[in-house]
Amino acid sequence: MPSVLPLGDPAPADGILPPQVLAGVEHRKFGLYVHIPFCAVRCGYCDFNTYTATELGGGASQDAYAATAVTELDFASLALDASGLPRRPLSTVFFGGGTPTLLPAEDLAGILKAAIGHWGLEPGAEVSTEANPDSVTPESLKILADAGFTRVSFGMQSAVPHVLKVLDRTHTPSRVPLVVQWAREAGLAVSLDLIYGTPGESMADWQLSLETALSYQPDHISAYALIVEDGTKLAAQIRRGEVPGIDDDDHASKYELADRLISEAGLNWYEVSNWSRTPDQACRHNLAYWRGDDWWGIGPGAHSHVGGVRWWNVKHPTAYASRLGNASSPAAGRETLDAETREVERIMLEARLGTGLSVDALGAIGRHAMAGLIADQLVDPVQAFKGRLVLTLKGRLLADAVVRRILPD
Amino acid sequence: MSPMARTAPVPAATDPAIIRNFCIIAHIDHGKSTLADRMLQYTGVVSKRDMKAQYLDRMDIERERGITIKSQAVRMPWELDGNSYALNMIDTPGHVDFTYEVSRSLAACEGAVLLVDAAQGIEAQTLANLYLAMENNLTIIPVLNKIDLPAAQPEKYAAELANLIGGDPEDVLKVSGKTGVGVEALLDKIVRDLPAPVGDPNAPARAMIFDSVYDTYRGVVTYVRVVDGMLHPRERIQMMSTRATHELLEIGVSSPEPTPSKGLGVGEVGYLITGVKDVRQSKVGDTVTNLAKPASESLSGYADAKPMVFSGLYPLDGTDYPVLRDALEKLMLNDAALVYEPETSAALGFGFRVGFLGLLHLEITRERLEREYNLDLISTAPNVEYEVTLEDKKVIHVTNPSEYPTGKISEVREPMVSATILAPNEFVGSIMELCQSRRGQMRGMDYLSEDRVELRYWIPLAEIVFDFFDLLKSKTRGYASLDWKADGEQVADLVKVDILLQGEQVDAFSAITHRDKAYAYGVMMTGKLRELIPRQQFEVPIQAAIGSRIIARESIRAIRKDVLAKCYGGDITRKRKLLEKQKEGKKRMKMVGRVEVPQEAFIAALTTDESKDKAKK
Ligand SMILES: Nc1nc2c(ncn2[C@@H]2O[C@H](COP(=O)(O)OP(=O)(O)O)[C@@H](O)[C@H]2O)c(=O)[nH]1
Ligand SMILES: C[S@@+](CC[C@H](N)C(=O)[O-])C[C@H]1O[C@@H](n2cnc3c(N)ncnc32)[C@H](O)[C@@H]1O
Ligand code: SF4
Ligand SMILES: [Mg+2]
Repeated sequence: MPSVLPLGDPAPADGILPPQVLAGVEHRKFGLYVHIPFCAVRCGYCDFNTYTATELGGGASQDAYAATAVTELDFASLALDASGLPRRPLSTVFFGGGTPTLLPAEDLAGILKAAIGHWGLEPGAEVSTEANPDSVTPESLKILADAGFTRVSFGMQSAVPHVLKVLDRTHTPSRVPLVVQWAREAGLAVSLDLIYGTPGESMADWQLSLETALSYQPDHISAYALIVEDGTKLAAQIRRGEVPGIDDDDHASKYELADRLISEAGLNWYEVSNWSRTPDQACRHNLAYWRGDDWWGIGPGAHSHVGGVRWWNVKHPTAYASRLGNASSPAAGRETLDAETREVERIMLEARLGTGLSVDALGAIGRHAMAGLIADQLVDPVQAFKGRLVLTLKGRLLADAVVRRILPD
Repeated sequence: MSPMARTAPVPAATDPAIIRNFCIIAHIDHGKSTLADRMLQYTGVVSKRDMKAQYLDRMDIERERGITIKSQAVRMPWELDGNSYALNMIDTPGHVDFTYEVSRSLAACEGAVLLVDAAQGIEAQTLANLYLAMENNLTIIPVLNKIDLPAAQPEKYAAELANLIGGDPEDVLKVSGKTGVGVEALLDKIVRDLPAPVGDPNAPARAMIFDSVYDTYRGVVTYVRVVDGMLHPRERIQMMSTRATHELLEIGVSSPEPTPSKGLGVGEVGYLITGVKDVRQSKVGDTVTNLAKPASESLSGYADAKPMVFSGLYPLDGTDYPVLRDALEKLMLNDAALVYEPETSAALGFGFRVGFLGLLHLEITRERLEREYNLDLISTAPNVEYEVTLEDKKVIHVTNPSEYPTGKISEVREPMVSATILAPNEFVGSIMELCQSRRGQMRGMDYLSEDRVELRYWIPLAEIVFDFFDLLKSKTRGYASLDWKADGEQVADLVKVDILLQGEQVDAFSAITHRDKAYAYGVMMTGKLRELIPRQQFEVPIQAAIGSRIIARESIRAIRKDVLAKCYGGDITRKRKLLEKQKEGKKRMKMVGRVEVPQEAFIAALTTDESKDKAKK
């Protein structure tokens, strides 16, 4: 989770949701996100809500974390029931961070078990965790798989030592094939996260990273453009001229290369930054975010969404634990979206998907914009004739501009 | 030393013999406002407690820029040798743009305090104002100010002053408006040396309007100097040029707050309120008389202010157009020199072509519109007025480059000015170079003192009105000063340069330049725009053209990436807020064809470096 929380309305202490969330609930899946706010070191580019043991004054809060998270699960279960929502089995569960695998595998397994206790799992449910290559062992992966995890996403980022160094990554490139192998042996599907456009990364470096990642035959790849977030160490280094800045044209060329090599290796894009070997292997949890399904986010700074109500928890682990200790909602704020805003979000999110969005469901402005978007080669003409707006490669790189063109001012 | 007057002479019952009307003329920043403050304080009309620096500079902008725009007349009592006197001080603007207003106030006086900074010496504007004062036959009291400054050279500049106006360097008064040293002696000298006003108290009333100010609460406040007869409250008055009649609702003097009186008699200076709402109904230079007993001949008036510089003013937000229109209407009530008419620009929408006395007048007007009426404005590149004669002998006056005729032109005439530049002689070479590059013709050169020269040039107004002064300053390390006045016109080889974005002409960027400078303008503007216009989803060629001939080109490469390609997890709110922000940004774009041009780009491209510096001051 990015570390700056939005401004919103106050959230009630009992977590009860307004009656509007009941409408259409039968069409929405239910998922769970579990945020693990700990990392061994803070990478210079990262502004996610995560803390090192030193920052938290020792390992105590890590040790107690699983129990605290389970308290929020209990709270969530009560609040959803009290809001009149039916109990729905979990369709997806996602452990993200931070570095979830910094906690003992037993802790993650325990949290998952508690969640299953409340809601159960849908048949074929997807249960993922993020992991840093140097924070897993064959044993820990086995424990996770046994507990019901189906998928692991490794933060590989790059195969090039000098790039990993600028990113402050602690693992060595040779670690990645090992952990992929262990995950496979444990029966887990594997995804790899890559970052492109790191200062000092050449096109050849990026090509090497892509080829290396593809050589491990992952089921899924996420390739993210390095974003220089305000307040990060990287931002300061660039400001002081210690490392070169970011160049959008370089990002564009690297994205084009990624799309070409990944497609050639047999994976297909299904979201601007995501490719999967088969449609089934797309990250269904992330798709749920983009399709407006319901999920509850556990943990400090975690975001939730249920039927047009979004809320987010207090950021700091200590504040979070103390809220729950007082049997109070850990939410820091919430917003209740009106129909118009939900529509804007739907268009904004679905435009980024390989399945695209229905042209008929666009407003007049969006429908009028289609011809221009085709002329500018931003949307696929064949899909457009079939009534769908699907971005071309060029369009994916300009997705935000496309969204602005199809939304009313 | 004189004491503060114990009894102040009463308006409408003051013998002209004890009246002294004077103004202070000075180059900008030589300390006129500060000296006026001291006078207000020493004569007791403003208590020390109420004294704010530059008391008379009322408008916020005046305070911030430290300059005086509107003149004000203040009546102050003073006692000398046991007799009480009434001193009317008229504070005048010092900048060349406002020469017109200076001349109005001068004509209401018998004398002028010529104030010179003792660390700077005489400057071009000192000379210009002095010249106006002498034309009005004013008695001059030379004064050196800021003698408290360590860098002051009172002997040197006293000699310079004496040399200029005749007389003995010993007679030059030395004061400090800051510490107050010499100010009382100056007040004494004003009483002693300046002539009292003369007029016929029994003749029909004649009063000269030297300023007209619009006040939201009271309508137009008209400042007058009575020459003959007497004006009384409630009588009907007539403006002699327009024959318009009004009832005198209130008459009084400023001391310095407006104080109603039983009238104003010969030689007195004060204000009138008639309830009119437009300064044009109470025209500066006009003569006020009594309707029942009118004068037969009006006082010699002043020439109307002639706008020299024109610029298009457009609201950033098109829906603000009515607000701008109302605001200009209101400003006009208060500014007889402002002229405007509606115009439309393909790039900027609906706006106004506004005529100004000079660049400072433009800047100040724009700032007042923005501040007082909460408007965001774009002003197009300022230009002068050209007279274009077509082959069919038709004559067109062009104040907006986009109206420059495309047909067969037989002749173009441009306005010229006589410019006076004062500087230490070591800079003569670089000044001559600059003036030559600006198509100036030398008209003469004189030594003011051993090491200071005066250069006189005949030069196109268009060449000096924008960045000339800044260049002059930088070439002379700030030592040169400049003054100019309109002086005829000349035939010149001028062309219109157009700027095209993706083949579409952007009228706001068109300029009329000398043929030799067209290329430089084209290169400068296309280069500037390439930096200022963000990359679009397609390539954007930028061209400069004379007619259909392209003289310069640049291009903005298409943007390739505009997407947040990061894992943002479930924080959809943040993503949406980002989109909303981007959409807000899009709203502030002006569309030129398909090209989105940010307002800032228009402003930056149209801002001359000179006005940028002014804004910083
Ligand atoms: N040291 C010193 N500074 C002065 C004196 N009179 C004015 N100043 C300063 O000179 C600057 C310009 O003064 P101001 O009265 O605004 O000049 P104006 O433009 O002629 O009205 C201000 O910073 C004043 O504080 C003086 O007698 N001594
Ligand atoms: C929530 S992070 C944490 C995963 C895990 N701790 C790790 O670093 O491998 C998920 C992914 O976001 C990506 N990411 C983090 N910060 C980023 C940034 N500033 N710009 C682009 N991608 C970033 C990285 O690829 C990372 O693997
Ligand atoms: S390990 Fe992952 S979550 Fe932790 S600081 Fe690095 S990128 Fe951020
Ligand atoms: Mg002043």
